[in-house]
Amino acid sequence: MAVPDVAVAQVDEGFWTRTRKIGAVLLALGVVATVAFGALATDRQARFTLSETEGGAALEINGTIGAILFGVVAAAAGVALLAGVRKRWLTTLLGVGIVAFVLSFLCWQVSAAPEGRNFMPMVNMVRGTFILALPLIFGALAGVLCERSGVVNVAIEGQLLMGAFSGALFGSLSGSVWVGLVAAALGGAIISLLLAVFAIRYLVDQVVMGIVLNLLAVGVTGFLYERLMQTDAQTYNSAPRFSTWEIPLLSDIPVLGPALFRSNLFLYVGLLLVLVIHIGLFRTRWGLRTRAVGEHPTAADTLGVKVLRLRYRNVLLAGVVAGIGGASYTLALYSFTKNMIGGKGFIALAALIFGRWSPTGALLAALFFGFADQLGTYLGAIGSGIPSQFLAMLPYLATILAVAGLVGRVRAPAADGKPYIKG
Amino acid sequence: MTNPNPASGSPDKEPATEAQAAQVAAGGVDRAATATTPKPAPEPERPALGRLFLDNLWAANTVTVTVLAVLLAMLVGAVLIIVSDPDVLATYGYITARPSDALNASWTVVSEAYANLFKGAIFDPEASGFTAALSPISETLTYTAPLVFTGLSVALAFRGGLFNIGAQGQATIGVILAALAGFLLPLPPVLHLLVAVIAGAAGGALWGFIPGILKARTGAHEVINTIMLNYVALYFLSWIIIQSGVQNPNRADAISRPVDPSAQLPRLLGDNLRVHAGILLAVLATWFVAWLLNRSTFGFELRAVGANPNAARTAGISVPRTYVLMMAIAGLLAGLGGSQMVLGSTADALTPQVIAQIGFDGILVALLGRVKPWGVLLAALLFGALQAGGNRMQGYAGISLELVTVLQALIVIFIAAPALVKAIFQLRAARAARLQTSLAKGW
Repeated sequence: MAVPDVAVAQVDEGFWTRTRKIGAVLLALGVVATVAFGALATDRQARFTLSETEGGAALEINGTIGAILFGVVAAAAGVALLAGVRKRWLTTLLGVGIVAFVLSFLCWQVSAAPEGRNFMPMVNMVRGTFILALPLIFGALAGVLCERSGVVNVAIEGQLLMGAFSGALFGSLSGSVWVGLVAAALGGAIISLLLAVFAIRYLVDQVVMGIVLNLLAVGVTGFLYERLMQTDAQTYNSAPRFSTWEIPLLSDIPVLGPALFRSNLFLYVGLLLVLVIHIGLFRTRWGLRTRAVGEHPTAADTLGVKVLRLRYRNVLLAGVVAGIGGASYTLALYSFTKNMIGGKGFIALAALIFGRWSPTGALLAALFFGFADQLGTYLGAIGSGIPSQFLAMLPYLATILAVAGLVGRVRAPAADGKPYIKG
Repeated sequence: MTNPNPASGSPDKEPATEAQAAQVAAGGVDRAATATTPKPAPEPERPALGRLFLDNLWAANTVTVTVLAVLLAMLVGAVLIIVSDPDVLATYGYITARPSDALNASWTVVSEAYANLFKGAIFDPEASGFTAALSPISETLTYTAPLVFTGLSVALAFRGGLFNIGAQGQATIGVILAALAGFLLPLPPVLHLLVAVIAGAAGGALWGFIPGILKARTGAHEVINTIMLNYVALYFLSWIIIQSGVQNPNRADAISRPVDPSAQLPRLLGDNLRVHAGILLAVLATWFVAWLLNRSTFGFELRAVGANPNAARTAGISVPRTYVLMMAIAGLLAGLGGSQMVLGSTADALTPQVIAQIGFDGILVALLGRVKPWGVLLAALLFGALQAGGNRMQGYAGISLELVTVLQALIVIFIAAPALVKAIFQLRAARAARLQTSLAKGW
């Protein structure tokens, strides 16, 4: 990521270390929250109900008090960072500060909502966050698999779309969700195969190839959608859907239980994949080799790792993962429509980068982006004045800040995007 | 940390040779670049002119590969048309019994589609009258004009070693500002148009400047930032349309007020044909970019930075300054292209889809045009023709316009991997190594 030919990353020296800069920003945010959100919040109670409706148990706080209180907490975290705490506290304090800022914001919004709607159903929020984050999780994992082995994957959007399409098509034709699932995985893998062949065999610029493949996927699925699915939706676009599987015991946990453990196959698979890929990448021989190939393919080759074969395999695997992610739309929620992924593949790319090319980081980033998305929906529902478009920009702006090194430097695998030529 | 593969960042011969020259000068040899360059055939004794022509005709030169790529793409498109037509597909069920049925049905559906593509893009033999005969060309040129600008935007940055995926976002900001200037400012005719065009250009330039300065100051990769800024621009567009004063007061949906007639580009061939002065601006812009790249000091610096930033810095060129200026100019071009989407004849008001795909298509156009200004113009003409013909194909033959997207993507895939086309058609290696696979440079 850091391009050495332009600006060498400056070593922070003197008083204004990176920790202090972040502290200053956090302090400013905290002050804004205390003053502005505190003044705008009303005296009504802000209720965070632990259910899907207004009723039931709830966490309650007076709007003004809550907004000020959490604003002060955010500011305090900023002050602590400014005062020069040890560096290992940075992540914790930053997390506390951001969460407090968001809570302060929520106290204002919920208390200022029209009378009778001063509540936020937590179960809905958590469930919505996960549902909206799900394609991002799959997409970002596909990115992790590709990019950790040194192939830039800008084609996530196309892989998701192709997976959604072939899942819908073959699910409808066969009438079986499982056939649809396999077809979706293969659909994603086809885009991956093209990416792999052109990037690895023909050495085409991988970013170029990704962009072109996205357009190809949009074109092919859009074309076949208009020709087949629009004319005969009954035959071609009425895929069966996975039903909700409730996990006993776990589903009784308050808030998280109903939100997470009364869901369909895809959420479980997605979360499991994060774990599996994390362990695979950092604890197995395959993972070590993958990372080696992504960082220094020549060295890996010298030690007998088959660089190209491993890259082919990982890129194809990424297609399978993204294809299943696409099916999480068409085999669980909606029927296929033209260009239905609508940029989620690029947010997944953002999540991948924001999560620093690691599976768990990607999961957290995807959840953050999903939350921003869900919050936009919620604020729209309570008639807030905050335009949802600006909340929708949040993931993209956050990624720009991350890449520019303002929130901590992110670094891609060293050989990411560089073709390996043996010899 | 040194970059082991200071790639040319360009799928084109000239920057590649520049890269090689620069690396030789800097004392390094790019192994990857030489490995992918087809070995030039040993120079034989000078053969007759006719023989030379025939040899070159079937060699992997730019023109041959482009033509074959278009043919291959149309072949794949034909397969898509056939497999997506249930009636035609049914005839394949008994192909062993009566193969003529399947072949006839396939031929009919494919030839009708492509005949309409041609008639809509270039010339319709059945058209009667001056206007009807010129209509396809007029449509083609209308779609071509904005693509030239976005294509030039991508190509310019590419020559300087940056990959501008943000033409879409830059065009979006351009179209917003051009439209705002177009209906908010009460100005006299000529001045109004001028102000609107400048506003669009400035908006695009700003949106190109941001990734440029981030790249120069922090090293943040321009591909990531431009992708992200595309979406920021898109959401900004969808927000601003529905603000009071901007939204059309007579409409409930997301559409802005129309641009005043005084700010619209004049039509060239009367009111019934859509071709407007934008295409003249496009030719002018192509000439300007060609001059800028090949004749100006800045263009030299830009190409030097694109070929090898380290060597350029050693030679006293300010790499950050070049990046910032280059991205601003690239954004300006894309902004101009975007502003035509409301100042021209395709639309006169902002909608969420007002600029369609011109930014992403610009990437394809730039690659197809081998990142050379006049090549970009020709490539944009081809894409404009496909778009115009696609409209007619959809209307008359009932083939979805999406087929055009497929064709465009396929053409560029084949162009991007000339080795593939060469292998399929068993082409000779070109005498001069005209084609070179673009080398990836990663994040």
